[in-house]
Amino acid sequence: MSAASALVLFHAVARSLLLLRYSPVGLLGAGLVAFWVIIALFAPLITPYDPLANDYAALADPGPSAAHWLGTDNLGRDLLSRLVWGARSLLAIVPLAVAIAYLVGCLMGLAAGYLGGWVDALLMRVSDIILAFPVIILYMIVLAHFGPSAINVVLAVAFTAAPQIARIVRGLTLDLRNRDYVAAARLRGERPLYIMVAEILPNTRGPLIVDSCLRLGYSTIAIGVLGFLGLGLPPSDPNWGGMVKDSYALISVYPHMALIPCAAITSLVVGFNLLADAIRELGQND
Amino acid sequence: MIEPILAFDAARIAYRTRAGDRVVVPEFSLDLRAGEAVGLVGESGCGKSTLAYAAMGYLGSNGHVPSGAIRLDGADIAAMTEAERARLRGARAAMVYQDPMSSLNPVMRIGRQLMEVPIRHQGLARDAAFERALAMLHEVELPDPGAIMRRYPHELSGGQQQRVVIAMALIGEPALLILDEPTTGLDVTVEAAVLDLIAELRVRHDSAILFISHDLNTVARVCERIGVIYAGELVEVAAADELFARPRHPYTRALLGCLPSRASHRRSAPLAAIPGRMMRPEDRPVGCAFAARCAFADAQRCTTTPISINRDASGGHAVRCVRAGELDPWQPPVDTAETHSVMQTGEPVIEARALEKTYRAARLLDAGAGHEVRALDGVDLSISRGETLAVVGESGCGKSTFAKLLSGLEAPTGGEVRIKGRALGAAAVERRPREIVRALQMIFQNPDATLNPSHSVGFSLSRPLKRLRGLAPARRRDERVRLLDQVRLPEPYAARRPGQLSGGEKQRVAIARALAGKPDVLIADEPVSALDVSVQAAILNLLAELQDEQGMAMLFISHDLAVVRYLADSVAVMYRGRVMEYGPLDAVYARPHHPYTEALLSAAPGLDPSVARIRLRGSASDATPAQAGCPFAPRCPRKQGALCENETPSLQEAGGTHVIACHISLDELADPPALDEGSRDG
Repeated sequence: MSAASALVLFHAVARSLLLLRYSPVGLLGAGLVAFWVIIALFAPLITPYDPLANDYAALADPGPSAAHWLGTDNLGRDLLSRLVWGARSLLAIVPLAVAIAYLVGCLMGLAAGYLGGWVDALLMRVSDIILAFPVIILYMIVLAHFGPSAINVVLAVAFTAAPQIARIVRGLTLDLRNRDYVAAARLRGERPLYIMVAEILPNTRGPLIVDSCLRLGYSTIAIGVLGFLGLGLPPSDPNWGGMVKDSYALISVYPHMALIPCAAITSLVVGFNLLADAIRELGQND
Repeated sequence: MIEPILAFDAARIAYRTRAGDRVVVPEFSLDLRAGEAVGLVGESGCGKSTLAYAAMGYLGSNGHVPSGAIRLDGADIAAMTEAERARLRGARAAMVYQDPMSSLNPVMRIGRQLMEVPIRHQGLARDAAFERALAMLHEVELPDPGAIMRRYPHELSGGQQQRVVIAMALIGEPALLILDEPTTGLDVTVEAAVLDLIAELRVRHDSAILFISHDLNTVARVCERIGVIYAGELVEVAAADELFARPRHPYTRALLGCLPSRASHRRSAPLAAIPGRMMRPEDRPVGCAFAARCAFADAQRCTTTPISINRDASGGHAVRCVRAGELDPWQPPVDTAETHSVMQTGEPVIEARALEKTYRAARLLDAGAGHEVRALDGVDLSISRGETLAVVGESGCGKSTFAKLLSGLEAPTGGEVRIKGRALGAAAVERRPREIVRALQMIFQNPDATLNPSHSVGFSLSRPLKRLRGLAPARRRDERVRLLDQVRLPEPYAARRPGQLSGGEKQRVAIARALAGKPDVLIADEPVSALDVSVQAAILNLLAELQDEQGMAMLFISHDLAVVRYLADSVAVMYRGRVMEYGPLDAVYARPHHPYTEALLSAAPGLDPSVARIRLRGSASDATPAQAGCPFAPRCPRKQGALCENETPSLQEAGGTHVIACHISLDELADPPALDEGSRDG
C-alpha cells in the first residue's frame, strides 16, 4: 500500500512538473532549484580546487581573478569550490530533514485527526509545547545538547518542523475522515492504519506538495542561520552559512566573501518559493 | 412592438482558457417581456447558469460574448462599463442564487443588508429604507419582520434565508428577476412554500422572471413559457401546458419519460433512461447535439448540417429538430397496475428494535451540562429478503442517522440492531463479526465523495473482493470485470480514476463496490438526489434490476416521494426521529394519510390527486423540540389542541401492516383537510 501511495505521489509530482510549462514564474523557480541540484550532483567534476586548500598567494588580492573566478575567502580558499561543495552538503541535508519531518508529522497528524480523543489531545499538546519555543532557541538547545554534526542538524530541523506538518495533516484529516469513501472502507472492515495511510494520506497531497516546497526554502534558511551561528556542520566543511560567518567581519573591505554565499542562499530559497507559488496556482486552476 | 426587458440576440458565450476559447453557448436567442416568466430547463453542464450570469453581466474575467448581444432594456450588457453594469444590478435586474447562505454576508445583520439596496439605488434616507425593508420582509411572509431585521444570517433557517434573499432581490423593484435553482437546496415542504411565494410576488411586482432549474416540474409551477436547453442550445420553447401535453423535441420527450411520477413504477411502468451522456461544450458536433443519444436520429439529416430552430404556425412553439413533424404524437406514460408492492414474507434480514440515538452537544465552558439532541427516538422497522423499505423525510428527520446506526458507522445509544437474526447490541462496525460486516453494504449520496479520488476504479473494486471474500489476485480481476459489467460499464473503466468519470458513472462504480461482497442488505442513502433526472432514472432502474437478480433487502433513504413511489415496497415516513407512518407502498400513498405525509404529498404535485396544496408553517428545524406530545404538532394543519402537544400519539392500525402515529381518527384522516387561514401562512 505504501507502493501505491508512492506511485500516487510520483504521479502528482510528474503532473505538476508538466503543468509548469504554463507558468513562467514556476519555470524560473524550477530552473533555480535545478541549477543548484545539478551543481551539487556534479560538484567533484566542476570544482577547480579542493575547497579546503589554501592558496596563500591569492590572499594578496582575494577578489575575483582569472585563477579564482569568484575570488578566495579570508584563508585563501577558492570561493567557487567552497560554494559548489556547500551546495552539495546543503542539498543533502535539507531534503533529508524535510523528509524525516514529513514522515513524523504525517503520522502524528493522521493519528490525531483520525483517532481523535486522547490521542489527539496528547499529540497536539506535545506539538503546542514544541511550537511555543522560538525555533532558533530549539535548534540551539538540540545542537548544544547533542553536539554539532550533519545528522544532528537534520534531526533538529525535523524536530521543529514535524509539529507544524502534523497540524496541517490533522486539519486535512478532520475533513477527509468524514468522506463517504472512508465510511465505505470502514464498512468493509478495514483497520484504522490502512484507512489513514491508504484512504486519507494520498488525498492530502495537494496542500502538502506546496507546503513541502515552502518548507525546503525555510529549512535552507534555518540551516544557513545555524551555520552562521557556528552550530551547524563542523567548521572546516564548506557550508554557506559558515562562509558568511567567517567573512562578515571583512564585509567593508572584501564584500564578495560574504555576499556571494548570501546570494546563493537567496537564489535557492527564492527558487523553492516560486515553485511553491506556481504549484499552488496551477492546483487552483485544475 | 414593446421592447423586451431582456433579449438574447444570437448571443454566443465563451470562456477563454489555456487551451483557447471554450464556447459554452454557440448561439442563443430568447426574448423576455415585462411581467413574463420564462423557465430554462436543462441538465448540469448544459450552460443554463452561464446564461443567467451573462444576463447579469457577471461572466467573470475570462468569459465574453464574441458575437451577438445580450440586451437589458435595449442596452448591450457586454458594451457597458463595469460602473454602468453595477448601476443596473439591483435597480433593473436582480438575481437569486441556489445557496442563500453564500448570498448573505454572515457578519451583517439582515436589516442592514436589505437597506443597502434602496439606499444605494434609490437614494432613500435610512429611515425610509428601514421602512421599505420591513415592508419587504413582511411581504415575503417571514414571521416577525422586526426581529428578523436584527438577526444575522446564520440565525435563520435555509427557507427563511432564501426568503430574505428574494426580498433583497425584489426590494429595488427590478424589471427583471433571475432565479438560478432557487429552491434546490431546500426541503420539499419549504420548497413548495417558496415557489408559491415567487408565483404570488410575480403577480404583485410585475417583474419579468427568468427561472433556471434542472427540474421541469419546479419551473412549471412558476413559469408560463419554458425553454429546454441541451449542450448550450435551445432545443424547444413552448407554453408550459403545451410543453407537457405535446412535447415535440425527442430530448424533451426523453426528459419527461425519465421523470418519476404517479404513472411510473419499477415493475409495471419503468422509466426510460436516456442512453449516453451530454458531450462537453467544445465537442459539440455540426448537426444536432442530441443526435448521438436520440432514438429517432437520422444519420443523413440530423448530423450533417446545422439544425435551426423553427416555430410552428401559431408562433408559440419552437423546436430545433428536423424530424419533429414526423414523430408520432406524444403518449404520456401510464401505469395501469392496481397494486405495486410485492410484500415479502419470511424472517427479516435486518431489524431495528426501539433504536435510539442521542447526540450530546458539548458546551464550551461547562463540559458537564451538555445540550442533548434526540436524532432518533425509538424506531422499530425491519426488512425482509428482496424487500425495499424506503425511509422518507426532510432534512434533520433522522433518516441518515438511522442508516448510520444500522450500518454500524455510529453506535446507537439505545435499542438494538439485528442482522440475519444476530443481535448486535450497540456494536459499531469495527466490533461486528466478519460475516455481518460482509452482509451489509452501503451506497452514498454524493458521487464526488463516494470514491477515493486517489484510487483507480479497479482498485476500489478489488479491495472489497479481497477484504470481504478473500479472493486471490487472479480471481479478483475476473470478478472485477463481472462487477463492472453488472453496472453496465466497459472493462477499460477499471484503469480510470474517479476524476475521469461523470456523476452517474461514479455512482455505478459505488454500486459495484457495494455489491462486491454479495451483501444481504444494501443501504442506499439518497443515491440519486445529486444526479440529473436522466441519470437518476438509469441508476434507479439499475438498483431495481440488481435487487431482483440478487434478492437482497434494500433500505432506500430519500426525500423525494416520487422516487420512493417508483422503487419501494414499503414506506416509513419519519419526522424528528420518529416514524409517523409506515405501511405498504400503495397504502401510504392513498388515504388515510398521516397529516405530515399529506403535507409531503401535497408538495410533490400529482402523486395523490386527492390531496390539495397544503402549506406548512416554518420548517422541521426551526421549532423547538417538544419533550412530550407529537413532534409534528407545532406545524400540523390538523392539530387538535392540547392533546397533540402533551401526549405522544400511539400507532393506529389502518389495515394490514399500515400504521399511523396520530391522535386523529382514521375516518377523519381519510377526508381531505378543511383549510383555514391559519394553515395558509407560509
